[in-house]
Amino acid sequence: MAKLPITSAILSNRFERRTFVLGSLQAGVGTLLAARLGYLAVAQNEKYQAASESNRVNLTLIPPRRGWVLDRFGKALASNRADFRVDLIPDRVVDPDRTMQTLAGLLSLPPDKVRDIRDKLDKARGFQPVEVAASLDWEKFAAVSVRLPELPGVIPQQGFSRFYPFGASVGHMVGYVGAASAEDYEKERNPLLVTPGFKIGKDGLEKHFETRLRGVPGARRVEATASGRIVRDLGTREDVPGKPIQLTINAGLQDYAARRIGLESGSVVVMDCETGDILAMASMPSFDPNSFSDGIGRIEWKMLSEDDHVPLRNKVLRGLYPPGSTVKPMVAMAFLEAGLDPSESVGCGGGLRVGNRVFHCWNRRGHGSVDMAKGIYQSCDVYFYHFAQKIGMDKIAAMARRLGLGQEFPMPYPGQSYGTVPDPAWKLKKYGKEWAVYDTVNATIGQGYMLVNPLQQAVMASRIASGRQIMPRLLLDRNAPLPKPMGFRQDHLDYIHAAMSEVVNGRGTAGKARLPVDVLMAGKTGTAQVVGLNIANGKSGQWKYRDHGHFIAFAPFDKPKYACAVVIEHGGGSGAAYPIARDVMTYIFDPAKAMDVLDAFEKQWGGNVQQRMAARYDTFAAKYGASAPKAVPDDEEVTERVEQGRKPSEPTTAQTDAASPRPEPEAPAPSQPPAPAPSASPSAAAPTGGQ
Amino acid sequence: MPRAYVPAPIARQPWSVLLPLMALVSFGAAVLDSAAGGRFDVWAMSHVVRFCVFLIMAMVIARLPQELFRKMALPAYAVLCVLLMLVELIGGIGGGSQRWLNLGFMTLQPSELMKPGIVLVLAWFYSVLPVGETQSWRALAPAGVLLGIPAGLVMLQPDLGTGLAISFGAVVVMFMAGLPLRWFLGAGAAGLVIAPLAFFSLLHDYQRKRVLVFLDPENDPLGSGYHITQSKIAIGSGGLIGKGFGNGSQSHLNYLPESHTDFVFATMAEEWGMFGGLFVLIVFGLIFRWGLKVSLAAPDRFSRLLASGMTMTIFFYMCINLMMVMGLAPVVGIPLPWMSHGGSSMMTNMICIGTIMAVERWSRSAPKGLS
Repeated sequence: MAKLPITSAILSNRFERRTFVLGSLQAGVGTLLAARLGYLAVAQNEKYQAASESNRVNLTLIPPRRGWVLDRFGKALASNRADFRVDLIPDRVVDPDRTMQTLAGLLSLPPDKVRDIRDKLDKARGFQPVEVAASLDWEKFAAVSVRLPELPGVIPQQGFSRFYPFGASVGHMVGYVGAASAEDYEKERNPLLVTPGFKIGKDGLEKHFETRLRGVPGARRVEATASGRIVRDLGTREDVPGKPIQLTINAGLQDYAARRIGLESGSVVVMDCETGDILAMASMPSFDPNSFSDGIGRIEWKMLSEDDHVPLRNKVLRGLYPPGSTVKPMVAMAFLEAGLDPSESVGCGGGLRVGNRVFHCWNRRGHGSVDMAKGIYQSCDVYFYHFAQKIGMDKIAAMARRLGLGQEFPMPYPGQSYGTVPDPAWKLKKYGKEWAVYDTVNATIGQGYMLVNPLQQAVMASRIASGRQIMPRLLLDRNAPLPKPMGFRQDHLDYIHAAMSEVVNGRGTAGKARLPVDVLMAGKTGTAQVVGLNIANGKSGQWKYRDHGHFIAFAPFDKPKYACAVVIEHGGGSGAAYPIARDVMTYIFDPAKAMDVLDAFEKQWGGNVQQRMAARYDTFAAKYGASAPKAVPDDEEVTERVEQGRKPSEPTTAQTDAASPRPEPEAPAPSQPPAPAPSASPSAAAPTGGQ
Repeated sequence: MPRAYVPAPIARQPWSVLLPLMALVSFGAAVLDSAAGGRFDVWAMSHVVRFCVFLIMAMVIARLPQELFRKMALPAYAVLCVLLMLVELIGGIGGGSQRWLNLGFMTLQPSELMKPGIVLVLAWFYSVLPVGETQSWRALAPAGVLLGIPAGLVMLQPDLGTGLAISFGAVVVMFMAGLPLRWFLGAGAAGLVIAPLAFFSLLHDYQRKRVLVFLDPENDPLGSGYHITQSKIAIGSGGLIGKGFGNGSQSHLNYLPESHTDFVFATMAEEWGMFGGLFVLIVFGLIFRWGLKVSLAAPDRFSRLLASGMTMTIFFYMCINLMMVMGLAPVVGIPLPWMSHGGSSMMTNMICIGTIMAVERWSRSAPKGLS
């Protein structure tokens, strides 16, 4: 082309052609734009309309009120109360330090609380609200509300918070609630979980019945601008409160039992032995679910986690203990079923020689001629050593299981411990060793491999008391049919009942357990050793080496209605347990009388549970102040630690050889021998007695 | 229009462009009224007033003789280059990027004026270049320098959108001047190679981000992709007939950013739907058809190049803006002519229109034929 001479005509022609190209380009672009417009506005209209709506309408969830937890009489164990609260949305906070400083001033937050919140703020994900304070009074709430413009990310709101009127008394049973963790959110992907002020069940019934208790959130629909300014209200949907659950618990009794445990570490279970209703299920020391639900502070956490009384463990379901002599009525039942004549006697001279070994009775002086009744009320070990060998371990183990030991109950709690009822087959399977004579000896006095939890002991007491196949129930069902009979002969039951009544009301080991009301209670003491006599005598010395105290009981003895099991960890023997059982049972028949006793005790102990926990908290706060070294764990970690607390407390020194029964403090024997000397038995401490 | 019933001064006016312009501006005013929440005085009023003022300016430009255009081409270009350098200097002293000069009574954005300026100077250059030279390097090198200086200065500001608009106008004039096609194809091929390199070395961070976001807006829906996403939602939710005048939630609730300037088309499409969009496209089509018709009928080489260059400058505005709001191009700050609220672009576009109107006048008075 360059070869040709270029003329104006050629250029002009070229211009016209190229103008056409430009025109075509314009038309092409116009078509493209029109097509794109059609694609967006028509083909994808639905998608973008939805997006536009979700821009326009801002849905604010209103956390539903949680269903109440009621006791059998309709009294609230967990309720809601209206409160004012202040939350922080970490993402929206511009200057955390300044914001916290202002809030601390407005809400008069103590320094340790401020540090707790700062810790949480640092850890929190952007969407997760951090609670600054709840249960605020109107003045403080208003003070924060008016200063909102200078406090971005601060959300004051009116809502409901969970309230547990009985505090620590129901901590383990009811559980507690807390803000949903990131993991909860991953699991459920429900925007409700990250709504400020919403709490989900974290433990106990609150967790197990989460879906039932939760309810349906309300919602407020508003038209809002991109910057969040609300233009107008489009309507509000009320929340639907969660459904209540009614328990078989008697709130007053539960509270009494928890308080009566006092300074000890232990648990009390009271059951209706006709129906299986659990009337009280206390494990102390405990935590206050009210303060757990507000988020645990660093000082409180330190206080709870450093306590050797493990307040985070629900001992009723997760504590495992050798039951000691409380198994003797059960063993006697096995003897009767096996055809043993209860009047058949054995002479107790303080011990029983089996082969080349001597198994001691707890009473070294001996009980003389002992029949079954005396074997029970005097808790004579030799009687049981003797006949257990005759009847055989298999029959005893079968009876133990029949009465509920080692049984798994369908209770609404995770991670229960069910313990062990040993027999030859079990030992062979677990340890690959043959069953030995001393294993039978240990098992018949509730030592050795045998481990039970307090609920199982209460079930055992109930089944012996009523002769019915009692299953523990926590949810109230007034129309449930009565449990079927166990199939025991009534005269066998009457015999055992009489012997157990003798323990309390006659010549037995727990004379001081007699009720101060016109009702006769039957019971059985138990003292379980924790370590061999070579380490400690079980009565005094280091707390963790002291014997466990047990007591099972039912009343009235001739027409059993209520059964009870008390376990006091390291209480030094059954003497720590039966006074509690006595007072708890008294409360059922005469609450006023029982309260007088408790009031006197609480004066000695330094106040009721709340007051003692508050005092303890103050001590910790004074000692560590805001500088508590341990950072407050987040929710997951608390859950984990509580989980650890669930692990059964297997005795560290498993009594694989021979245990030594411990003397009952209340023994009516002429004179109590001083701490029994360790047995001369070559391999280990031989049994020395029982109660 | 029957002449007999219409007075000659009115009939003489170029109605084939004035009517579409008035339609566009009125529609734009309605949209701006709605974008301001139903208040006419916020944006719509000044929009209409500006149009009237600049329309008078365009009429004045239209009456200028061709000789004046030719004489003024180079001096105007030189003055604009000096102003651009001034802006650069002042911006350098003040820190950050500055694009305007404060003249006291108004702020002047020289880069805006450079858009018609570059078309004018190149049209003049090719009209004085001997016909035989159009295929040689002498047709390219001076034009390259003429373009390089302002484009470079504008890009330095940095204002990628305006820089591209200036270059586009210049390239269109060169193309229409009859430069060999293989140069354009070659430059296009080279551009494909250089673009990725420029992307990583020459662009500023925020510019690079815009391009990346354009390629994948969902990647960052609340950050830089926000503009594109919200604009698409506004247009898409409008549907066929729109949500109705004054009912656009995207713009009224501020989800759509820049709803009265760069993204005014999205504001419009939300309330008027696809029909409103097609109306705008058709009106623009009428304007461009008029521009190209004028350039085809122009009496000489200078006026031809001038008219086609001006037309394509306006086209570039519209094309980039609409592609941007519909998610076909990265977010660059280019307003939609006659609809977006803003004085500078209104002035530029009206200068272009005035120039094309002038060309139309010349062709009426001059004897029909080749130069």
